[in-house]
Amino acid sequence: MAVAATCGTGAGSSACMASAASKSNVTSFQRRGPRASGTDSGGPRLVSIAGTRPSVRNGQLLVSSGLPALDQLLGGGLAVGTVLLIEEDKYNIYSPLLFKYFLAEGIISGHTLLVASAKEDPADILQELPAPLLDDNYKKELDEDVYNHKTPESNAKMKIAWRYQLLPKMEQIGPVSSSRFGHYYDASKRIPQELIETSKWHGFFLPKKISSPLKVEPRSLTHGYLKLLQFIQNIIYEEGFDGSNPQKKQKNILRIGIQNLGSPLWGDNICCTENCDNSHSLTKFLYLLRGLLRTSLSACIITMPTHLIQNKAVIARVTNLSDTVVGLESFIGSEKETNPLYKDYHGLIHIRQIPRLNNLICDESDVKDLAFKLKKKLFTIERLHLPPDLSDTVSRSSKQDLAESAKRLGPGCGMMAGGKKHLDF
Amino acid sequence: MFPELNNLLNITPDRAEQGKLTLLCDAKTDGSFLVHHFLSFYLKANCKVCFVALIQSFSHYNIVGQKLGVSLTLARERGQLVFLEGLKSSADVFFQAHGEPHPLQFLREASPGNLQPLFEFVREALKPVDNGEAAWRCPVLLVDDLGLLLSLGVGAVAVLDFVHYCRATVCWELKGNMVVLVHDSGDAEDEENDILLHGLSHQSHLILRTEGLATGFCRDVHGQLRILWRRPSQPTAQRDRSLTYQYKIQDKNVSFFAKGMSPAVL
Repeated sequence: MAVAATCGTGAGSSACMASAASKSNVTSFQRRGPRASGTDSGGPRLVSIAGTRPSVRNGQLLVSSGLPALDQLLGGGLAVGTVLLIEEDKYNIYSPLLFKYFLAEGIISGHTLLVASAKEDPADILQELPAPLLDDNYKKELDEDVYNHKTPESNAKMKIAWRYQLLPKMEQIGPVSSSRFGHYYDASKRIPQELIETSKWHGFFLPKKISSPLKVEPRSLTHGYLKLLQFIQNIIYEEGFDGSNPQKKQKNILRIGIQNLGSPLWGDNICCTENCDNSHSLTKFLYLLRGLLRTSLSACIITMPTHLIQNKAVIARVTNLSDTVVGLESFIGSEKETNPLYKDYHGLIHIRQIPRLNNLICDESDVKDLAFKLKKKLFTIERLHLPPDLSDTVSRSSKQDLAESAKRLGPGCGMMAGGKKHLDF
Repeated sequence: MFPELNNLLNITPDRAEQGKLTLLCDAKTDGSFLVHHFLSFYLKANCKVCFVALIQSFSHYNIVGQKLGVSLTLARERGQLVFLEGLKSSADVFFQAHGEPHPLQFLREASPGNLQPLFEFVREALKPVDNGEAAWRCPVLLVDDLGLLLSLGVGAVAVLDFVHYCRATVCWELKGNMVVLVHDSGDAEDEENDILLHGLSHQSHLILRTEGLATGFCRDVHGQLRILWRRPSQPTAQRDRSLTYQYKIQDKNVSFFAKGMSPAVL
């Protein structure tokens, strides 16, 4: 994405979709800079929030999802006020990784975290976050603030292609805000304890919270969802993320992570039967969550075991209620594991939906065939290439195999167009 | 509004039809650009608009509206636009134990019965002002997105009843127009959605159906638009007219062309 660097400072509050913008009449043509008029976007001096950057297309405030490759596919990052839905892979091996990258990015950027799970204690989830890969410059920055932690240098000196050493480690796209946008993480190491301790986080562990009695009637939401919604609403209000609390001038992002939403552990039987009586619980929860997010400075990641949901209609409704939807399909246990087409990768990643916010168009990537692999340290997303047909005598069977697999590469992105045949161009 | 679409539909802001129900339907693609089109079209046509926006926030429509040449904030201040923002008030309505009736009251109920409070809201918003001056032309009701009510627990029949009541009031009594958007779930076998969609297709005067291309994703042609004119009141009459165009969405405009005549291909 060739993106011209725009002014990073002063663009944060005026561009975000949160209530600060909804209270004042902010247009995308507003001049970015200190404002003399007393709007309640935090006074005359606008401070850009750490770890965010405005989107070039529409000035929307974006946060990183923790994976710079995924950020690029989503059009620069995850928009503040939206939901990123991850459709879990079959054995739930890779989706927790994306979940943890999102949370780790929040810790590094200094955002507040809200972790909700019905399976694991949020404190345990935070212990397992990946450690950030730091290069020299950023290490100095971190040393000044926090603590001299001994993360070993992971980039070996290049001997042959030494010119490439001088290139920046990741593409610097977009404006450089006060701290970097998007970091790389080492999946084999744990995040240093000090970073967790200095970060601000709230945990929601369902078995602990469900024991307290309900003060409100259920109203067709499952008990677990209702508690979670109240918890999120409380945090947003009390910490001032929605700008309504006059005492709290919050200039930070709340990163919400909800794990395995919709699974039976949340008390919802949508994954167990096809016609459950409480089938609107999940969609209603998503709608109310969307309402809370749109009016606050927060971004949410939800992992959902959609492969377990029996009723396809519910999956369609859930997709409509979420903004960004990414599906993971791992090869483990499927016939694709032994397919020569996929031998270098661990699974496919499908970008099913990208939101069109404040705009008629969205930044959709042209590449539809994406695969991911988890190397020892890094989680990478790459374009899937068909291997070249180099053999002298091309046997009929092998060619047919590849053609079959190519057909299975998935339909085009549901956002723009879907088709019966797979002839993207 | 998109001038090319106005030409295709043969309407102009000065000469808007009255008493029509338009159904916007999208299958496997995003048809929300049509909502922006009709919103800016009716605001420019000086009509009084009641917009029930359930799926996106006010600032989203406002920013896109400014690209298309209308200011929603200005229209709201003048009284031309009545905007019900579902997302903003949803959490408050839900957690309120009791209290004054709200158009989104069905969120509070365990098994929502009907959409009567919502209908009352629409009727109140669009009723002609009594002081005699005809400030605005025909009233218009816009709903984005009607299928969302099914996700919130309202039954398909209740939604059809709501549409029926609104049609009786807005289209027949007040001689206004209605535009609703419903997503077509396609092969997702959503029965309630299908009931709603078929019921609405039967009642509408104009159906705009956006679909993806049969071959999949294309960078230069974003989809296909099928326009179907219907005369539900005259069952026999002429055959329903149907046209198909392909379109490409740009930053401030949508360009339409005949099938296969995309400028990228020619």
